[in-house]
Amino acid sequence: MFKRDQWEEIIYTISKNKLRTALSGFTIALGVFIFVVLFGFGNGLKNGFSNFFMNDNDIRVMRIFPTKTFIPYRGLKSQRQIRFENEDLKIIEENFGDYIDGISPRLNRNFLAIYKNQSNNFGVRGVSPEYIKIEKIGILSGRFLNQNDINGSYKHAVIGNLIKQELFKSENPINKFVILNGTPFKVIGVFEDVDGDNEEKTFYVPYTSIQSIEKNNDKLGTLLISVKENISYSSAILLGERIVKLLKRKYLIHPKDRGGIFLRKISDELNERNQFATALQIIVSFVGLGTLLAGIIGVSNIMVFIVKERTKELGIKIAIGATPSNILNSILQESIFITTISGLTGLLFGVICLELIGNSLSESFYIINPYIKFSTAIIATIVLIILGSFAGFLPARQATKIKPIEAINGN
Amino acid sequence: MIKLSNIQKSYKLGKNSLHVLKGINLEIKEGEMVAIMGSSGSGKSTLLNILGILDSQDSGTYFLDSQEIKNLDETKAANYRNKFLGFVFQSFNLISYKTAIQNVALPLQFQKINRKSRQKRAKEFLGMVGLAEWSTHHPNELSGGQKQRVAIARALVTQPRVLLADEPTGALDSKTSYELMELLQKINDSGETIIIVTHEEDIASMCKRIVNLKDGKIVEDKHIKQKLASEYV
Ligand SMILES: Nc1ncnc2c1ncn2[C@@H]1O[C@H](COP(=O)(O)OP(=O)(O)O)[C@@H](O)[C@H]1O
Ligand SMILES: [Mg+2]
Repeated sequence: MFKRDQWEEIIYTISKNKLRTALSGFTIALGVFIFVVLFGFGNGLKNGFSNFFMNDNDIRVMRIFPTKTFIPYRGLKSQRQIRFENEDLKIIEENFGDYIDGISPRLNRNFLAIYKNQSNNFGVRGVSPEYIKIEKIGILSGRFLNQNDINGSYKHAVIGNLIKQELFKSENPINKFVILNGTPFKVIGVFEDVDGDNEEKTFYVPYTSIQSIEKNNDKLGTLLISVKENISYSSAILLGERIVKLLKRKYLIHPKDRGGIFLRKISDELNERNQFATALQIIVSFVGLGTLLAGIIGVSNIMVFIVKERTKELGIKIAIGATPSNILNSILQESIFITTISGLTGLLFGVICLELIGNSLSESFYIINPYIKFSTAIIATIVLIILGSFAGFLPARQATKIKPIEAINGN
Repeated sequence: MIKLSNIQKSYKLGKNSLHVLKGINLEIKEGEMVAIMGSSGSGKSTLLNILGILDSQDSGTYFLDSQEIKNLDETKAANYRNKFLGFVFQSFNLISYKTAIQNVALPLQFQKINRKSRQKRAKEFLGMVGLAEWSTHHPNELSGGQKQRVAIARALVTQPRVLLADEPTGALDSKTSYELMELLQKINDSGETIIIVTHEEDIASMCKRIVNLKDGKIVEDKHIKQKLASEYV
């Protein structure tokens, strides 16, 4: 499309009209720049709000509690206490693994913990390794539970930072033994929990280890399931209902029974947050569209300028045989060139600007890590270039209608 | 080569209309060198512009090379201008940012001829007008006479059937004018049909035929014995 002569012409007209080109290019660059920065801010705000609202993964976690049945069913009496079993984990995993990020039982106990001459009562939670996907816990030293710990019912414990401080003081707790309810457990890791002090006064142990010290049963307490990020609120609700239905069938609970199994849905907050994010996205898109529109009007302006300024030259070309498409192409190409260069410049500066701002606005404006996806930025720029050429098409076509004699005589 | 029958042309000026050409009948054969004369405002340029398909008549017929020029769309008109007609203006109308050779090559560019052959043809025609050494110069580095020679080379580079020149010497001093006429005579001698609009007697006398316009009508049309420009130079 761009022949050498065309380049010469473009370079010449630009160098001859540096100011005009700079000004009109500036409009476009500014349009893209504002778009990129605002879009980035929009994303940063979303980040900020989600951090603000959800200090916990809780929002994506549904809990399933076994309770007593209310309705007699298939010869079974009401008031029957349901207890989940180890195989339920596998059943749920097999049927709904695609939607589930992590699944773990939680056997809540309160045990006396003794280390040397220190002792106190602490919460002990029997969980699976996937629990780390359910609760926001960060490992400070050592490791979290793994599948080996579960399979071997090992007496291993991951302790909260506050327990470490209380029982071990300045000692390194890793590989030390702490007595829980009379059974020695080896400390394999220390965690912190952003949710605060209470959470850090917890022992995490393999759920199988609790089962083994309690009569070797295979009963589970609550089931916690964290739903994958990309699952929408409504599909998460549906997923919960399907899991409950499956379990009700297994435990012979009347489908209409409101007891037996109690599901605490994932938080409505997720829904609200989704709606909030969508609203932000819409606002940002509107602003983006506005700025892009301004850029396009800018392109249109350039074209009108180009055509006006070069009327005589275009008249001469038409007089010596330039066809309408010759004229149209040369003008469109020039404007596409200017638009592309300015658009990319705006893009570059916008991205640099976001990079420089970084987290400096997180304190006062809740804008955290503002960014624009590379693809979004490129698409916006391409759209601008395409729409820009469309916008430029009218003035360019006007140019093909120039009356050569009038243009040459300077009317 | 050219046949005009009863060409009429008026310009609208607000409510009034100005009747400029009032029935022009004119036939020009191949190889002729015709001067169109007349006082200012007599309609010479209007007539030449119609011949050059830069403007169109209100009524009457125009045959160019036995093709009727009628209802052409812009692309077709452009192609006719490009291939059949060469136009030379009083004010040269070179493109200032292009060198002499680029100016000459421009009409070939519109024909999408490749760069190399364009360059070659343009060079050849610049040589013909005696400016081979000036090919890389820009118009502002050339004298008036040189500019008009470049314009002539540009008009001829597509090897048109007719060369149309509207007061080509109007902006030149008389010595330069005669040199230019010498060139045009040489081009005509090689067989090119040339039509020159002028209001200067001496320029007209260097053509082979003089058509006199007055008030939009041809009042005189005579073949003359051509004066050789070389004798004046
Ligand atoms: N585009 C136009 N619109 C209106 N009037 C015009 C236009 N072109 C020429 N004229 C008028 O038509 C008449 C003939 O003009 P023109 O053909 O240029 O004469 P010449 O070349 O013989 O001096 C003049 O009176 C001129 O003012
Ligand atoms: Mg005139």
